[in-house]
Amino acid sequence: MTEPTSDLLRFATVGSVDDGKSTLIGRLLVDTRQLFDDQLEAVATASAKRGVGDLDLSFVTDGLRAERDQGITIDVAYRYAATPTRKFVIADCPGHVQYTRNMATGASTADVALVVLDASKGLKEQTRRHLCIAALLGVRNVIVAANKMDVAKWDEAVYLAVVDQVNEVSARLGFTSSVVIPVSALAGDNVVDPGFMANWYQGPTVLQALEAAPAGSWASSSSGARLPIQWVLRQHGGGRTYAGMVNGGEFTVGQEVTLMPQGVTTVLKAIKGPRGGLEVAMPGLSVDFDLSDETDAGRSDMLATAPLPTSTNEFEATICWFSDKPLVNGARLRLKHTTRSTPVRVTGIAGTLDVGTLDVGPAAEIALNEIGLVHLATADPIVVDDYRDNRVTGSFILIDEVTNATVAAGMIGHANFL
Amino acid sequence: MSTSTHPQIDHLDLLESHAIFIIREVVAECERPVLLFSGGKDSAVLLHLAVKAFAPQKLPFPVMHVDTGHNFPEVLAYRDERVATLGLRLEVASVQQAIDQGRVPDPGPLGMRNQLQTRALLDGIEKHKFDAAFGGARRDEDKARAKERVLSFRGAFGGWDPKSQRPELWQLYQGKVNTGENLRAFPLSDWTELDVWNYIRRENVPLPSIYFAHERPVLKRDNMWLAVGEFIHPQQGEVVERHLVRFRTVGDASCTGAVRSGADNLDAIIAEISVTNVSERGATRADDRFSETAMEDRKREGYF
Repeated sequence: MTEPTSDLLRFATVGSVDDGKSTLIGRLLVDTRQLFDDQLEAVATASAKRGVGDLDLSFVTDGLRAERDQGITIDVAYRYAATPTRKFVIADCPGHVQYTRNMATGASTADVALVVLDASKGLKEQTRRHLCIAALLGVRNVIVAANKMDVAKWDEAVYLAVVDQVNEVSARLGFTSSVVIPVSALAGDNVVDPGFMANWYQGPTVLQALEAAPAGSWASSSSGARLPIQWVLRQHGGGRTYAGMVNGGEFTVGQEVTLMPQGVTTVLKAIKGPRGGLEVAMPGLSVDFDLSDETDAGRSDMLATAPLPTSTNEFEATICWFSDKPLVNGARLRLKHTTRSTPVRVTGIAGTLDVGTLDVGPAAEIALNEIGLVHLATADPIVVDDYRDNRVTGSFILIDEVTNATVAAGMIGHANFL
Repeated sequence: MSTSTHPQIDHLDLLESHAIFIIREVVAECERPVLLFSGGKDSAVLLHLAVKAFAPQKLPFPVMHVDTGHNFPEVLAYRDERVATLGLRLEVASVQQAIDQGRVPDPGPLGMRNQLQTRALLDGIEKHKFDAAFGGARRDEDKARAKERVLSFRGAFGGWDPKSQRPELWQLYQGKVNTGENLRAFPLSDWTELDVWNYIRRENVPLPSIYFAHERPVLKRDNMWLAVGEFIHPQQGEVVERHLVRFRTVGDASCTGAVRSGADNLDAIIAEISVTNVSERGATRADDRFSETAMEDRKREGYF
């Protein structure tokens, strides 16, 4: 499919608490001069107030009072940066296990995961959990910053041990590329400027790796074109058009399209985009469609081209569970998938993932922050693709019917490593 | 079948489409949405996008101006012109009325009123039973805003709890609230200041005149140029000067600073912002200078 021409990379930091994710992002932003003078001054003032040195780089993204007082990241900070080569949307995610749901939020739209770990300590369980979630979410490229190399005295053996661990996990989780960079975020070595401490390292800096990573992968897919209908627009003088955002592939005027789940085919008569009429509607564009036949279509239906999605009431899915109350078989929730919401029941728990061994074992329930395989049955049929083929039509969330809290992120089907 | 070459889609097209998608999702999921319209550039862009999202239908919800009573006359005129041209329903949540009715303490005729906006906003939401309020806030504006979801859940008191935000994955925006609770929706979350200006130029979005360079009497207070007028008078030792200035943001007239600038058209403004070394709020908002977490604190109390 055709990718947007703009070169924009979305990346999320992942890894355990205290391994230096926010400090690394602070370093990256400061050394590429993305901060305004008054912002830098404010970081310096906040650092002095807490006696944490001249400039605590983590304060660049840790903007909440509790975060600065406790020295941890609680929720994702979004930052925007640009180098002469490309634009970046950065999601600086929390490492603490308690805030795994926020990490998943930040990583769900990422092209690349920037894994930050303490080189001397290697891959902790929480880092492995984050890597699993990133892989489940469909992230294929990881850049690993083996951080705190200054503390490790720039010992190549420490670095090589990390490389071994990363390679092993990478192969299991199916990452297509995983460069490991020895870094000191605190001192600034190999983040933007090359480090002179590691004469044994010839690879890229973190910035170089980010500039070279493939962009747009989060939106890529191997399904047909999809338009989940959001809204029906009444036209002057009668007639209706169907509004939504395109994903999965392109629609072209004159093409045959299928209305799902009804299974009715019609022809796409005209496309209107935000800037006027279009011949082709590309993924990521909000459009409205005029169809050749009068159809009874509305919000939560979907227009699609071949290969068509599946309309189903029962399916298998992988979920990350975000609620303190464990999920048990038979639980009733609400499901939101594309533009459709429907009641859903858990009809089976096939197992949960052990993030240490990466094996799925039998389980009676799914606890907070666990990854599980489930069978679900919905009241209304939903129109789905496997998550591996399409991240928009393959994803859903589960919602508590009483509190309206979002309690799970779900992916149709299961990742190859499960 | 057409074989036309693919249209170029750039960064602004994707931001625009994503914002329209968010606006349509919220309107579909919520019962009584409203768009907060201050007359500032961000809300001007937001309104432009909302109109596009539902064309050729009329905007299916009203706009609300949270009016501090300290307005630039140019901005009020602009607000009324937009409302008339687009045939909008305008609600005004008045800080002055809240003061007159004793719901908030009177800060005095020259006191700053940004803090009091929160009460007027919450009262307006409650009075009209709005369950979703669109705002033009962007994550690049402030470190607390950088942490907030696109759909920000607010409990019965309207406050933001940054420690328990709803997970917000992919493009699945979840807008369900119980009675008395509400959402703030920020379709411009991922836009930067420069994106907003580039979009205004591309789309010819009308703006209040004070965004463009003009000569006016100003005085320097707390290292910021304030417009001398109904709400700002020189105090002891302050000197009124005439300068060519423009406003980089539009807020309460008593605490919004001007910047010295000769940029009297969009190209010049974009060129100026591209090389500035001071942030938008740092340059122009006195209310954010009081404390390290001024924005977070206000949001916790129910601010935009």
